[in-house]
Amino acid sequence: MKNKKNLVVFALIAVVGLFLGGMFAYNYVENQRMNFLASENSQLFVRDYAPKMGAKDPKVYLVEFLDPECESCRAFAPFVKELVSKHKDQVQLVIRYAPFHKNSVFAVKILEAARLQNKYWEALDLLFAYQPNWGNHHNPQPELIWYYLPEAGIDVDKIRSDMQDPAIMERINQDVADGKSLGVRGTPSFFVNGKPLPSFGREQLKNAVEEALK
Amino acid sequence: MGAWHILFFSWFVSLVATVGSLFFSEVMKFTPCTLCWYQRIFMYPLVVVLLVGMFPLDKNVFRYGMPLAVLGWFSAFYHNLLHFGIIPESAAPCVMGVPCSTVYIKLFGFLTIPMMSFIAFTIIIISLAWFKKRIANEK
Repeated sequence: MKNKKNLVVFALIAVVGLFLGGMFAYNYVENQRMNFLASENSQLFVRDYAPKMGAKDPKVYLVEFLDPECESCRAFAPFVKELVSKHKDQVQLVIRYAPFHKNSVFAVKILEAARLQNKYWEALDLLFAYQPNWGNHHNPQPELIWYYLPEAGIDVDKIRSDMQDPAIMERINQDVADGKSLGVRGTPSFFVNGKPLPSFGREQLKNAVEEALK
Repeated sequence: MGAWHILFFSWFVSLVATVGSLFFSEVMKFTPCTLCWYQRIFMYPLVVVLLVGMFPLDKNVFRYGMPLAVLGWFSAFYHNLLHFGIIPESAAPCVMGVPCSTVYIKLFGFLTIPMMSFIAFTIIIISLAWFKKRIANEK
């Protein structure tokens, strides 16, 4: 009986130990890989075409992979904005897309078309503000977006034609491909100067940015 | 091997499968698809049920463990059919979130996550059957 208990305890410790050891090793290797990608292939993080906000020649690149239809991205948006505007001379926010939901691509196309009218950030705010209406997962009604856009003085007819530009789809595909290379599996995903957050959260994001500013 | 050790082996396989699946989802951040969840639902209780059946050795543990293992085995079997393309993706039950046909990893050219699950359930079923036979013989 005693031996059997020892065997079970030993097995438990071995398997849990393997888990913890594996976790440590995996995180270490991933970190190394990210550092390598950030130094050798910064294009993966910051593409020329990507929407940017904040510093022109930044000390810190804050790359956010987002999805306009994602609830967490919506919840994070004001916080990210505040963080960037607080350090607007040193931090640049770079938006990349990770369209994981049903109507994400549609919404992203509208956003990209709004850039041509210099209304990108206004459009993003609108999409997030009304997300519970148009992007409700049980009953999504993406066509509602058309009714909201004029609130920001956006020319809807122009959007309808501009969003058909195949260049927009190419950018989205490039973002998706880069997201895959960087292991983006959820939104929002943040990279601070190429480093992923140690764990997900507002505090972690703030700390990572402030650490990089030092 | 005595009946107890067969049961221990069975439990150990379920433990490795459980901890392994948690490694994939919590450390490597792979989102489990719907079918993965069904297999988890049948695998995780096995760790508890089989362990309880080991102290003291309970011959009835076969009756409690086997249904879980069999149901898990069928989910895994179905999942593998999807991965091999024998059932087309459009017929798959999961459309929201991660499609079940997503292949996250493939070791040695065949060992996907659903394949590991299938192998684990198969081993558990065989060893539980062996356990039952051994218990009957030991009487």
